[in-house]
Amino acid sequence: MSEALRPQPRTSNDTLPHWQGLRDHRLRLQRCAGCGTFRHYPRPLCPQCHCFDVEWIDAAGDAQVHSWTVLHHAFHPAFRSLVPCVMVTATLREGVRLLAPFKGDVRHLVPGLALRVGFEDISAELTLPVLVPA
Amino acid sequence: MSLSGRAALTGVGETAYSKSSDKSVLRLSLEASLTAIGDAGLRPQEIDGLIPYPGMGVVAEDLIVNLGLDEVKFSAMTPLGGASPVAAVQCASAAVSSGLCRHVLIPVARNLAAGGRISDRLRQMPQFNTVAEFELPMGAFAPAQLYAPMARLHMERYGTRPEHFAEIAISTRRNASLRGDGMMTAPLTLEEYLASRMIADPFRLHDCSLESSGAAAVVVSRKECARDLPHPVISVLGVAEGHPDSPTSITQRKDLLEIGLVKAAPRAFGMAGLTTADIHVAEIYDCFTYVVLRQLEALGFCRPGEGGDFVASGAIRLEGRLPINTHGGLLSQAHMVGMNHIVELVRQLRGSAGPTQVAGATVGLVTGYGDLGDGTLAILARE
Ligand SMILES: [Zn+2]
Repeated sequence: MSEALRPQPRTSNDTLPHWQGLRDHRLRLQRCAGCGTFRHYPRPLCPQCHCFDVEWIDAAGDAQVHSWTVLHHAFHPAFRSLVPCVMVTATLREGVRLLAPFKGDVRHLVPGLALRVGFEDISAELTLPVLVPA
Repeated sequence: MSLSGRAALTGVGETAYSKSSDKSVLRLSLEASLTAIGDAGLRPQEIDGLIPYPGMGVVAEDLIVNLGLDEVKFSAMTPLGGASPVAAVQCASAAVSSGLCRHVLIPVARNLAAGGRISDRLRQMPQFNTVAEFELPMGAFAPAQLYAPMARLHMERYGTRPEHFAEIAISTRRNASLRGDGMMTAPLTLEEYLASRMIADPFRLHDCSLESSGAAAVVVSRKECARDLPHPVISVLGVAEGHPDSPTSITQRKDLLEIGLVKAAPRAFGMAGLTTADIHVAEIYDCFTYVVLRQLEALGFCRPGEGGDFVASGAIRLEGRLPINTHGGLLSQAHMVGMNHIVELVRQLRGSAGPTQVAGATVGLVTGYGDLGDGTLAILARE
Protein backbone atom coordinates (compact mmCIF):
# COMPACT_ATOMS: atom_id res chain seq x y z
CA MET A 1 0.00 0.00 0.00
CA SER A 2 1.48 3.34 -1.04
CA GLU A 3 -0.57 5.46 1.34
CA ALA A 4 1.40 7.07 4.18
CA LEU A 5 0.84 5.66 7.64
CA ARG A 6 -1.58 7.56 9.83
CA PRO A 7 0.28 9.13 12.79
CA GLN A 8 -0.04 6.87 15.82
CA PRO A 9 -0.70 8.24 19.30
CA ARG A 10 2.30 8.36 21.64
CA THR A 11 0.67 7.06 24.79
CA SER A 12 1.82 7.33 28.39
CA ASN A 13 0.88 5.65 31.65
CA ASP A 14 -1.48 8.57 32.26
CA THR A 15 -3.40 7.98 29.02
CA LEU A 16 -3.07 4.27 28.22
CA PRO A 17 -6.40 3.15 29.79
CA HIS A 18 -8.22 5.56 27.46
CA TRP A 19 -6.59 4.05 24.36
CA GLN A 20 -7.14 0.49 25.59
CA GLY A 21 -10.81 1.37 26.17
CA LEU A 22 -11.22 2.57 22.59
CA ARG A 23 -9.99 -0.81 21.32
CA ASP A 24 -12.89 -2.36 23.29
CA HIS A 25 -15.26 0.26 21.84
CA ARG A 26 -15.58 2.06 25.16
CA LEU A 27 -14.93 5.79 25.57
CA ARG A 28 -13.19 5.77 28.93
CA LEU A 29 -12.87 9.08 30.78
CA GLN A 30 -10.94 9.98 33.90
CA ARG A 31 -13.04 10.86 36.93
CA CYS A 32 -11.19 12.31 39.93
CA ALA A 33 -11.33 9.90 42.87
CA GLY A 34 -11.10 12.86 45.23
CA CYS A 35 -13.83 15.22 44.05
CA GLY A 36 -15.62 13.35 41.23
CA THR A 37 -14.78 15.87 38.49
CA PHE A 38 -14.46 14.41 34.97
CA ARG A 39 -11.41 15.48 32.99
CA HIS A 40 -10.31 14.94 29.41
CA TYR A 41 -7.88 14.65 27.71
CA PRO A 42 -6.34 12.32 30.31
CA ARG A 43 -3.68 13.88 32.53
CA PRO A 44 -2.05 13.16 35.88
CA LEU A 45 -3.59 15.67 38.28
CA CYS A 46 -7.05 17.03 39.12
CA PRO A 47 -6.88 20.83 38.81
CA GLN A 48 -9.81 21.22 41.25
CA CYS A 49 -8.55 19.24 44.28
CA HIS A 50 -5.02 18.17 43.23
CA CYS A 51 -5.74 14.49 43.76
CA PHE A 52 -3.72 12.08 41.57
CA ASP A 53 -6.14 9.13 41.93
CA VAL A 54 -8.66 8.48 39.17
CA GLU A 55 -11.46 6.12 38.27
CA TRP A 56 -11.90 5.28 34.60
CA ILE A 57 -15.58 5.64 33.69
CA ASP A 58 -17.26 4.63 30.43
CA ALA A 59 -18.86 7.71 28.86
CA ALA A 60 -22.62 7.43 28.40
CA GLY A 61 -22.07 8.12 24.71
CA ASP A 62 -24.40 11.04 24.12
CA ALA A 63 -23.10 14.42 23.04
CA GLN A 64 -24.08 17.79 21.62
CA VAL A 65 -22.49 19.80 18.82
CA HIS A 66 -20.38 22.72 20.11
CA SER A 67 -18.73 23.63 16.79
CA TRP A 68 -17.26 22.03 13.69
CA THR A 69 -15.08 22.40 10.61
CA VAL A 70 -14.81 20.70 7.25
CA LEU A 71 -11.22 19.74 6.50
CA HIS A 72 -10.46 20.19 2.80
CA HIS A 73 -6.67 20.37 2.78
CA ALA A 74 -4.74 17.40 4.18
CA PHE A 75 -1.66 18.67 6.02
CA HIS A 76 -0.36 15.09 6.34
CA PRO A 77 -0.14 12.59 3.45
CA ALA A 78 -2.01 9.91 5.42
CA PHE A 79 -5.22 11.96 5.26
CA ARG A 80 -5.22 12.85 1.55
CA SER A 81 -7.78 10.19 0.68
CA LEU A 82 -9.98 11.11 3.67
CA VAL A 83 -10.66 14.79 2.89
CA PRO A 84 -13.08 16.45 2.74
CA CYS A 85 -13.98 15.32 6.24
CA VAL A 86 -16.25 16.90 8.85
CA MET A 87 -14.68 17.26 12.31
CA VAL A 88 -17.07 18.04 15.13
CA THR A 89 -16.22 19.50 18.54
CA ALA A 90 -18.89 17.93 20.75
CA THR A 91 -19.72 18.30 24.44
CA LEU A 92 -20.25 14.92 26.10
CA ARG A 93 -22.93 14.43 28.74
CA GLU A 94 -20.07 14.17 31.26
CA GLY A 95 -19.17 17.80 30.50
CA VAL A 96 -15.89 17.22 28.67
CA ARG A 97 -15.36 17.53 24.93
CA LEU A 98 -14.67 15.14 22.11
CA LEU A 99 -13.17 16.06 18.74
CA ALA A 100 -14.04 13.40 16.20
CA PRO A 101 -15.03 12.86 12.57
CA PHE A 102 -18.78 13.29 11.99
CA LYS A 103 -20.45 10.57 9.94
CA GLY A 104 -23.46 12.49 8.73
CA ASP A 105 -24.64 15.44 6.65
CA VAL A 106 -22.73 18.64 7.45
CA ARG A 107 -25.78 20.72 6.43
CA HIS A 108 -27.65 19.41 9.47
CA LEU A 109 -25.06 20.64 11.96
CA VAL A 110 -26.12 23.38 14.38
CA PRO A 111 -24.79 24.10 17.88
CA GLY A 112 -26.65 21.89 20.35
CA LEU A 113 -27.56 19.14 17.87
CA ALA A 114 -27.74 15.74 19.61
CA LEU A 115 -25.09 13.17 18.61
CA ARG A 116 -23.98 9.67 19.59
CA VAL A 117 -20.42 8.42 20.02
CA GLY A 118 -19.38 5.52 17.80
CA PHE A 119 -16.09 3.76 17.08
CA GLU A 120 -13.99 3.12 14.00
CA ASP A 121 -11.31 0.43 13.96
CA ILE A 122 -8.39 1.95 12.05
CA SER A 123 -6.06 -1.02 12.56
CA ALA A 124 -5.61 -3.90 14.98
CA GLU A 125 -3.86 -1.48 17.34
CA LEU A 126 -5.85 1.71 16.88
CA THR A 127 -9.54 2.49 17.31
CA LEU A 128 -10.79 6.08 17.17
CA PRO A 129 -14.10 7.60 18.25
CA VAL A 130 -16.54 8.96 15.67
CA LEU A 131 -19.72 10.99 16.05
CA VAL A 132 -23.03 10.10 14.39
CA PRO A 133 -26.47 11.76 14.44
CA ALA A 134 -28.45 10.68 17.53
CA MET B 1 7.28 48.87 40.88
CA SER B 2 5.73 49.11 37.43
CA LEU B 3 7.62 48.25 34.26
CA SER B 4 5.89 51.10 32.46
CA GLY B 5 8.25 53.49 30.74
CA ARG B 6 11.44 51.80 31.94
CA ALA B 7 12.44 50.05 28.70
CA ALA B 8 12.64 51.18 25.09
CA LEU B 9 12.76 49.63 21.62
CA THR B 10 16.01 51.10 20.30
CA GLY B 11 16.81 49.05 17.21
CA VAL B 12 14.96 47.12 14.53
CA GLY B 13 16.16 45.04 11.60
CA GLU B 14 14.79 42.73 8.90
CA THR B 15 16.12 40.69 6.02
CA ALA B 16 14.21 40.40 2.76
CA TYR B 17 11.35 37.89 3.00
CA SER B 18 10.80 35.08 0.52
CA LYS B 19 9.46 31.58 0.17
CA SER B 20 12.86 29.96 0.08
CA SER B 21 16.33 31.01 1.13
CA ASP B 22 19.69 29.32 0.76
CA LYS B 23 20.87 30.88 4.02
CA SER B 24 20.80 28.97 7.30
CA VAL B 25 18.46 30.00 10.10
CA LEU B 26 21.51 31.11 12.08
CA ARG B 27 22.87 33.18 9.20
CA LEU B 28 19.48 34.85 8.74
CA SER B 29 19.29 35.54 12.52
CA LEU B 30 22.71 37.17 12.45
CA GLU B 31 21.92 39.36 9.43
CA ALA B 32 18.77 40.79 11.07
CA SER B 33 20.59 41.08 14.40
CA LEU B 34 23.43 43.15 12.94
CA THR B 35 20.91 45.42 11.21
CA ALA B 36 18.97 45.92 14.47
CA ILE B 37 22.12 46.54 16.51
CA GLY B 38 23.38 49.05 13.93
CA ASP B 39 19.97 50.72 13.80
CA ALA B 40 20.16 51.20 17.57
CA GLY B 41 23.53 52.92 17.17
CA LEU B 42 25.24 50.21 19.19
CA ARG B 43 28.28 48.02 18.66
CA PRO B 44 27.57 44.28 18.87
CA GLN B 45 29.74 44.05 22.01
CA GLU B 46 27.29 46.33 23.84
CA ILE B 47 24.58 43.62 23.67
CA ASP B 48 24.49 41.98 27.11
CA GLY B 49 21.15 40.15 26.98
CA LEU B 50 19.79 37.59 24.49
CA ILE B 51 16.36 36.06 23.85
CA PRO B 52 16.58 33.75 20.81
CA TYR B 53 13.41 32.35 19.25
CA PRO B 54 12.81 28.75 20.36
CA GLY B 55 12.33 25.74 18.13
CA MET B 56 14.54 26.73 15.19
CA GLY B 57 17.83 25.57 16.69
CA VAL B 58 19.41 28.97 17.37
CA VAL B 59 20.51 29.37 20.99
CA ALA B 60 22.15 32.20 22.93
CA GLU B 61 25.52 30.49 22.62
CA ASP B 62 25.32 30.68 18.81
CA LEU B 63 24.74 34.42 19.01
CA ILE B 64 27.59 34.88 21.53
CA VAL B 65 30.13 33.02 19.39
CA ASN B 66 29.15 34.69 16.10
CA LEU B 67 28.63 38.23 17.34
CA GLY B 68 31.65 38.06 19.65
CA LEU B 69 29.74 38.95 22.80
CA ASP B 70 31.93 38.91 25.92
CA GLU B 71 29.55 40.37 28.47
CA VAL B 72 26.23 38.54 28.16
CA LYS B 73 24.60 38.67 31.60
CA PHE B 74 21.09 37.51 30.74
CA SER B 75 19.54 34.96 28.38
CA ALA B 76 16.07 33.45 28.20
CA MET B 77 13.54 31.93 25.84
CA THR B 78 9.83 32.65 25.64
CA PRO B 79 8.35 29.58 23.93
CA LEU B 80 4.82 30.83 23.20
CA GLY B 81 4.64 30.23 19.45
CA GLY B 82 3.32 33.37 17.78
CA ALA B 83 3.08 35.11 21.15
CA SER B 84 6.84 34.63 21.68
CA PRO B 85 8.25 37.89 20.25
CA VAL B 86 5.97 40.16 22.32
CA ALA B 87 6.53 37.90 25.35
CA ALA B 88 10.26 38.37 24.71
CA VAL B 89 9.77 42.16 24.79
CA GLN B 90 8.08 41.71 28.17
CA CYS B 91 10.92 39.51 29.40
CA ALA B 92 13.58 41.89 28.07
CA SER B 93 11.83 44.90 29.61
CA ALA B 94 11.85 43.18 32.99
CA ALA B 95 15.53 42.26 32.59
CA VAL B 96 16.74 45.73 31.62
CA SER B 97 14.61 47.62 34.12
CA SER B 98 15.72 45.34 36.96
CA GLY B 99 19.34 46.15 36.20
CA LEU B 100 20.34 42.66 35.07
CA CYS B 101 21.54 44.00 31.72
CA ARG B 102 21.28 47.04 29.42
CA HIS B 103 20.58 45.94 25.83
CA VAL B 104 18.69 42.75 24.95
CA LEU B 105 18.79 41.41 21.38
CA ILE B 106 15.70 39.45 20.23
CA PRO B 107 16.08 37.80 16.81
CA VAL B 108 13.54 35.60 15.00
CA ALA B 109 14.49 33.64 11.88
CA ARG B 110 12.87 30.92 9.81
CA ASN B 111 13.81 28.92 6.79
CA LEU B 112 11.06 26.77 5.31
CA ALA B 113 13.62 24.21 4.22
CA ALA B 114 14.99 23.92 7.77
CA GLY B 115 12.12 23.41 10.18
CA GLY B 116 10.20 26.56 9.31
CA ARG B 117 7.07 24.91 7.90
CA ILE B 118 3.80 24.95 9.78
CA SER B 119 3.63 21.15 9.88
CA ASP B 120 6.97 21.12 11.76
CA ARG B 121 5.53 23.03 14.71
CA LEU B 122 3.94 19.96 16.23
CA ARG B 123 7.38 18.59 17.01
CA GLN B 124 8.93 21.94 17.97
CA MET B 125 6.31 23.06 20.49
CA PRO B 126 5.54 20.96 23.58
CA GLN B 127 2.26 22.92 23.82
CA PHE B 128 1.11 20.59 21.02
CA ASN B 129 1.77 17.34 22.89
CA THR B 130 -1.89 16.82 23.81
CA VAL B 131 -3.00 17.62 20.27
CA ALA B 132 -0.32 15.29 18.92
CA GLU B 133 -1.60 12.37 20.99
CA PHE B 134 -5.36 12.83 20.67
CA GLU B 135 -6.14 14.93 17.59
CA LEU B 136 -3.33 14.28 15.14
CA PRO B 137 -4.35 10.60 14.69
CA MET B 138 -7.75 11.89 13.51
CA GLY B 139 -6.19 14.28 11.03
CA ALA B 140 -6.60 17.59 12.87
CA PHE B 141 -3.36 19.22 14.00
CA ALA B 142 -2.50 22.23 11.81
CA PRO B 143 -3.51 25.62 13.22
CA ALA B 144 -6.01 26.16 10.38
CA GLN B 145 -7.74 22.93 11.40
CA LEU B 146 -7.66 23.66 15.13
CA TYR B 147 -8.85 27.28 14.85
CA ALA B 148 -11.59 26.71 12.26
CA PRO B 149 -14.14 25.56 14.89
CA MET B 150 -13.50 28.83 16.77
CA ALA B 151 -14.33 30.86 13.68
CA ARG B 152 -17.36 28.67 12.94
CA LEU B 153 -18.70 29.19 16.47
CA HIS B 154 -18.25 32.97 16.12
CA MET B 155 -20.27 32.83 12.88
CA GLU B 156 -23.02 30.72 14.46
CA ARG B 157 -23.22 32.80 17.63
CA TYR B 158 -22.90 36.31 16.21
CA GLY B 159 -23.72 36.10 12.51
CA THR B 160 -20.14 36.84 11.43
CA ARG B 161 -19.79 36.32 7.66
CA PRO B 162 -17.04 35.41 5.18
CA GLU B 163 -17.19 39.02 3.95
CA HIS B 164 -15.96 40.14 7.38
CA PHE B 165 -12.96 37.84 7.21
CA ALA B 166 -12.42 39.01 3.63
CA GLU B 167 -12.22 42.65 4.73
CA ILE B 168 -9.25 41.79 6.94
CA ALA B 169 -7.46 39.95 4.14
CA ILE B 170 -8.21 42.70 1.61
CA SER B 171 -7.27 45.69 3.77
CA THR B 172 -4.04 43.97 4.85
CA ARG B 173 -3.18 43.26 1.20
CA ARG B 174 -3.86 46.91 0.37
CA ASN B 175 -1.17 47.92 2.85
CA ALA B 176 1.23 45.35 1.42
CA SER B 177 0.54 46.67 -2.09
CA LEU B 178 1.31 50.23 -1.02
CA ARG B 179 4.52 49.14 0.69
CA GLY B 180 5.57 46.90 -2.16
CA ASP B 181 8.22 44.96 -0.22
CA GLY B 182 6.17 42.01 1.08
CA MET B 183 5.69 38.55 -0.39
CA MET B 184 2.14 39.25 -1.67
CA THR B 185 1.61 42.66 -3.21
CA ALA B 186 -1.01 42.14 -5.95
CA PRO B 187 -4.33 43.70 -4.87
CA LEU B 188 -6.92 41.20 -3.59
CA THR B 189 -10.60 41.52 -4.51
CA LEU B 190 -13.62 40.13 -2.65
CA GLU B 191 -14.34 37.88 -5.65
CA GLU B 192 -10.83 36.43 -5.55
CA TYR B 193 -11.12 35.96 -1.80
CA LEU B 194 -14.43 34.10 -2.07
CA ALA B 195 -13.16 31.97 -4.95
CA SER B 196 -10.01 30.87 -3.16
CA ARG B 197 -9.98 27.21 -2.16
CA MET B 198 -11.20 26.01 1.22
CA ILE B 199 -8.44 24.84 3.58
CA ALA B 200 -10.50 24.13 6.72
CA ASP B 201 -13.99 25.59 6.50
CA PRO B 202 -14.60 28.51 7.12
CA PHE B 203 -10.94 29.28 6.34
CA ARG B 204 -10.18 29.80 2.69
CA LEU B 205 -6.64 30.13 1.38
CA HIS B 206 -6.76 33.92 1.76
CA ASP B 207 -7.71 33.62 5.44
CA CYS B 208 -4.40 31.90 6.10
CA SER B 209 -1.03 33.53 6.68
CA LEU B 210 2.00 32.98 4.47
CA GLU B 211 4.92 30.66 5.06
CA SER B 212 8.18 32.56 4.83
CA SER B 213 11.93 32.47 5.09
CA GLY B 214 13.87 35.40 6.51
CA ALA B 215 14.56 37.12 9.80
CA ALA B 216 13.63 40.10 11.95
CA ALA B 217 15.18 41.38 15.16
CA VAL B 218 14.78 44.13 17.75
CA VAL B 219 16.89 45.54 20.55
CA VAL B 220 15.23 46.39 23.90
CA SER B 221 17.27 48.77 26.04
CA ARG B 222 17.09 50.23 29.52
CA LYS B 223 15.44 53.64 29.15
CA GLU B 224 18.42 55.60 30.51
CA CYS B 225 20.65 53.91 27.92
CA ALA B 226 18.26 54.80 25.07
CA ARG B 227 18.43 58.56 25.31
CA ASP B 228 21.84 58.95 23.63
CA LEU B 229 20.96 56.68 20.72
CA PRO B 230 20.11 57.96 17.21
CA HIS B 231 16.33 57.43 17.03
CA PRO B 232 13.46 58.92 19.01
CA VAL B 233 12.87 56.89 22.21
CA ILE B 234 10.06 54.35 21.72
CA SER B 235 8.99 53.39 25.26
CA VAL B 236 7.31 50.24 26.46
CA LEU B 237 4.35 51.73 28.35
CA GLY B 238 2.42 48.52 28.92
CA VAL B 239 3.11 44.85 28.31
CA ALA B 240 1.34 41.65 29.38
CA GLU B 241 0.93 37.94 28.71
CA GLY B 242 -2.26 35.91 29.21
CA HIS B 243 -3.24 32.27 28.87
CA PRO B 244 -6.76 31.00 28.18
CA ASP B 245 -8.20 28.06 30.10
CA SER B 246 -7.19 24.70 28.61
CA PRO B 247 -4.08 26.12 26.88
CA THR B 248 -3.03 22.66 25.66
CA SER B 249 -6.31 21.86 23.88
CA ILE B 250 -8.74 24.18 22.14
CA THR B 251 -11.26 21.33 21.98
CA GLN B 252 -11.50 21.20 25.78
CA ARG B 253 -11.77 24.99 26.24
CA LYS B 254 -14.98 25.92 28.08
CA ASP B 255 -15.80 28.51 25.45
CA LEU B 256 -13.93 28.13 22.16
CA LEU B 257 -13.92 31.90 21.68
CA GLU B 258 -11.78 32.55 24.78
CA ILE B 259 -8.21 33.68 24.11
CA GLY B 260 -5.36 34.71 26.39
CA LEU B 261 -5.51 38.30 25.16
CA VAL B 262 -8.80 38.74 27.06
CA LYS B 263 -6.72 38.50 30.24
CA ALA B 264 -3.62 40.30 28.96
CA ALA B 265 -5.31 43.38 27.48
CA PRO B 266 -6.67 44.99 30.68
CA ARG B 267 -3.31 44.43 32.38
CA ALA B 268 -1.28 46.04 29.60
CA PHE B 269 -3.68 48.98 29.24
CA GLY B 270 -3.72 49.36 33.04
CA MET B 271 0.08 49.37 33.19
CA ALA B 272 0.20 52.00 30.44
CA GLY B 273 -2.58 54.10 31.99
CA LEU B 274 -4.21 54.26 28.55
CA THR B 275 -7.43 53.12 26.84
CA THR B 276 -8.24 51.98 23.31
CA ALA B 277 -9.11 55.61 22.46
CA ASP B 278 -5.41 56.50 22.86
CA ILE B 279 -4.19 54.02 20.22
CA HIS B 280 -3.25 55.49 16.81
CA VAL B 281 -2.10 52.32 15.06
CA ALA B 282 -2.22 48.59 15.85
CA GLU B 283 -0.16 45.68 14.55
CA ILE B 284 -2.30 42.63 15.29
CA TYR B 285 -1.04 39.07 15.01
CA ASP B 286 -2.76 37.75 11.90
CA CYS B 287 -2.07 34.06 11.51
CA PHE B 288 -5.71 33.89 10.34
CA THR B 289 -8.23 36.62 9.54
CA TYR B 290 -10.58 35.37 12.26
CA VAL B 291 -7.83 35.64 14.87
CA VAL B 292 -7.51 39.36 14.05
CA LEU B 293 -11.27 39.86 14.38
CA ARG B 294 -11.41 38.14 17.75
CA GLN B 295 -8.37 40.05 19.06
CA LEU B 296 -10.00 43.38 18.13
CA GLU B 297 -12.85 42.36 20.44
CA ALA B 298 -10.50 41.14 23.18
CA LEU B 299 -8.55 44.40 23.04
CA GLY B 300 -11.78 46.34 23.58
CA PHE B 301 -12.00 48.17 20.25
CA CYS B 302 -15.50 46.68 20.00
CA ARG B 303 -17.62 44.37 22.12
CA PRO B 304 -17.51 40.55 21.83
CA GLY B 305 -19.45 39.59 18.74
CA GLU B 306 -19.11 42.99 17.08
CA GLY B 307 -15.79 42.32 15.35
CA GLY B 308 -17.52 41.72 12.02
CA ASP B 309 -19.35 45.06 12.06
CA PHE B 310 -16.21 46.82 13.31
CA VAL B 311 -14.08 45.70 10.37
CA ALA B 312 -16.94 46.17 7.87
CA SER B 313 -17.12 49.85 8.91
CA GLY B 314 -13.71 50.42 7.32
CA ALA B 315 -12.16 51.09 10.74
CA ILE B 316 -9.05 48.97 10.13
CA ARG B 317 -8.16 50.50 6.74
CA LEU B 318 -5.21 52.83 6.47
CA GLU B 319 -7.57 55.82 6.44
CA GLY B 320 -9.86 54.34 9.11
CA ARG B 321 -9.93 55.11 12.81
CA LEU B 322 -7.68 52.16 13.72
CA PRO B 323 -5.24 51.32 10.91
CA ILE B 324 -3.91 47.80 11.45
CA ASN B 325 -1.10 45.73 9.98
CA THR B 326 0.28 48.63 8.02
CA HIS B 327 3.17 46.47 6.75
CA GLY B 328 0.93 43.77 5.31
CA GLY B 329 1.11 41.42 8.30
CA LEU B 330 1.54 37.69 8.27
CA LEU B 331 -1.19 37.53 5.63
CA SER B 332 0.65 39.51 2.96
CA GLN B 333 4.10 40.72 4.04
CA ALA B 334 5.62 37.56 5.61
CA HIS B 335 5.19 35.16 8.50
CA MET B 336 8.03 36.19 10.75
CA VAL B 337 6.13 35.01 13.86
CA GLY B 338 5.01 38.59 14.51
CA MET B 339 8.48 40.01 15.02
CA ASN B 340 7.75 41.89 11.78
CA HIS B 341 4.76 43.44 13.60
CA ILE B 342 7.01 44.78 16.37
CA VAL B 343 9.48 46.14 13.80
CA GLU B 344 6.60 47.85 11.99
CA LEU B 345 5.14 49.44 15.12
CA VAL B 346 8.54 50.93 15.97
CA ARG B 347 8.79 52.33 12.41
CA GLN B 348 5.27 53.80 12.66
CA LEU B 349 6.06 55.53 15.95
CA ARG B 350 9.36 56.86 14.58
CA GLY B 351 7.44 58.19 11.57
CA SER B 352 9.49 56.14 9.11
CA ALA B 353 6.88 53.70 7.74
CA GLY B 354 6.92 55.14 4.23
CA PRO B 355 3.81 54.83 2.04
CA THR B 356 1.68 53.41 4.87
CA GLN B 357 2.79 55.84 7.58
CA VAL B 358 -0.15 56.76 9.83
CA ALA B 359 0.07 60.54 10.15
CA GLY B 360 0.95 61.67 13.65
CA ALA B 361 1.09 58.16 15.14
CA THR B 362 2.82 58.36 18.52
CA VAL B 363 1.03 55.60 20.48
CA GLY B 364 0.40 52.10 19.19
CA LEU B 365 0.06 48.48 20.14
CA VAL B 366 1.29 45.12 18.93
CA THR B 367 -0.14 41.72 19.81
CA GLY B 368 1.12 38.17 19.69
CA TYR B 369 -1.00 35.05 19.47
CA GLY B 370 0.48 31.71 20.51
CA ASP B 371 -0.52 28.49 18.93
CA LEU B 372 -3.36 27.32 21.18
CA GLY B 373 -4.54 30.77 22.23
CA ASP B 374 -1.82 32.31 24.40
CA GLY B 375 -1.94 36.10 24.09
CA THR B 376 0.60 38.89 24.44
CA LEU B 377 0.28 42.65 24.07
CA ALA B 378 2.73 45.55 24.12
CA ILE B 379 1.72 49.22 24.09
CA LEU B 380 4.52 51.45 22.82
CA ALA B 381 4.77 55.22 22.61
CA ARG B 382 7.18 57.79 21.24
CA GLU B 383 8.50 60.10 23.93
ZN1 LIG C 1 -10.52 16.39 42.09
